[in-house]
Amino acid sequence: MKTDELIAALSTNVEPVNRRLVNRNVGIALAVGIVIAIGITFTALGVRADLATPRAAIFLFLKLAFAIGTAGAASVYLVRLARPGGERKVSPGLAALPFVAILLLAGVRLGQAPSSHWDEMVMGKDWLECLISIPVIAVVPFAVVIWAVRQAAPTNLVRTGAFSGLVAGGVSAIGYALHCTDDSLPFVALWYGGTIVLCTLAGAILGPRILRW
Amino acid sequence: MTAETELKELMLASQEGDAAAHRMLLERLSRHLRAYYKGKLTKLGRGATEAEDLVQEAVLAIHTQRHTYDPAEPLTPWVHAIARYKLIDFLRRNRASAADVPIDEAGELTARDDHVSAESSFDLRRLLERLPEKMGCAIEAVKVDGLSVAEAARRCGISESSVKVNIHRGLKALATLIAQRART
Repeated sequence: MKTDELIAALSTNVEPVNRRLVNRNVGIALAVGIVIAIGITFTALGVRADLATPRAAIFLFLKLAFAIGTAGAASVYLVRLARPGGERKVSPGLAALPFVAILLLAGVRLGQAPSSHWDEMVMGKDWLECLISIPVIAVVPFAVVIWAVRQAAPTNLVRTGAFSGLVAGGVSAIGYALHCTDDSLPFVALWYGGTIVLCTLAGAILGPRILRW
Repeated sequence: MTAETELKELMLASQEGDAAAHRMLLERLSRHLRAYYKGKLTKLGRGATEAEDLVQEAVLAIHTQRHTYDPAEPLTPWVHAIARYKLIDFLRRNRASAADVPIDEAGELTARDDHVSAESSFDLRRLLERLPEKMGCAIEAVKVDGLSVAEAARRCGISESSVKVNIHRGLKALATLIAQRART
């Protein structure tokens, strides 16, 4: 086939395209992912019983701020990475900001507390449940985010996969925070932060396989 | 006017559905792509047919992915990213090591090669036969035979919106077929 023939075929009956499609699809994926994560938490784990107490409300707010900040900042980069050459303009600094903030806060809390309390503050009551729940809840939101990115054309698949995992991990943490009763900043920093990083690594590994086009 | 501004204007018109601009854009970009791929593949000791295969893969990608071009950005890096992605994909399929991929920059796309009579190893009609029936029929009717969407809907026995969806999906499937074909 001559290239001219291909071009002639492609130029017959050209349809206008929607330039906002990439942003729209990632936005839809984010919304659907959050609904799914909250839905799974509601049905499989249940919302924490003490939600009405001020202490629980404050910690829920802190956890949500961290999770929403992570998913939000990562989404901003993801809509760039989903486009060809988008990786040129992405310096992942902003995406790391929620992690830096939570680590600093956790460090301050540990510094204020006697070292005999550290073990309890870091490990909490249910670190194992958190370690399992956040990655498991993230699976379906991750699939939805990947669907959105596959409607575009990322050219750096490792990084795009990583940011898809980061978004999914953050979204999952939004759901899990509604259930989790471990109220200490070092716990949130280690177990929320750590599991979200795991999701990011999984995304980076899967990216080149599932995002090829 | 520089090539960048001219090409960007063509792309913006093409995104709006201007067929003449779209054709001119693809024609001009295909010359840049040909020079780019010939240059890269010659260094790796590969032939002109393979370069033309890549030109067509990239042209098809530019067509199906043109909604991902953000008008706030310059066009050349977008085209270059696609060209380079397809080159790396091609080299990986052909088991060349990543170390073979030459380092390059968007500026390299400014060279042109007007050797328009070059042939790739693909046969469009034969590839279309391998697509699912509705996709092949919709693409053949609208893109090859130049029928309107309404006429194509009648010929293929599907609705007009289904024709559009099948063309869109079919071109993506076609790109995958071409990539697989180049692998064997």
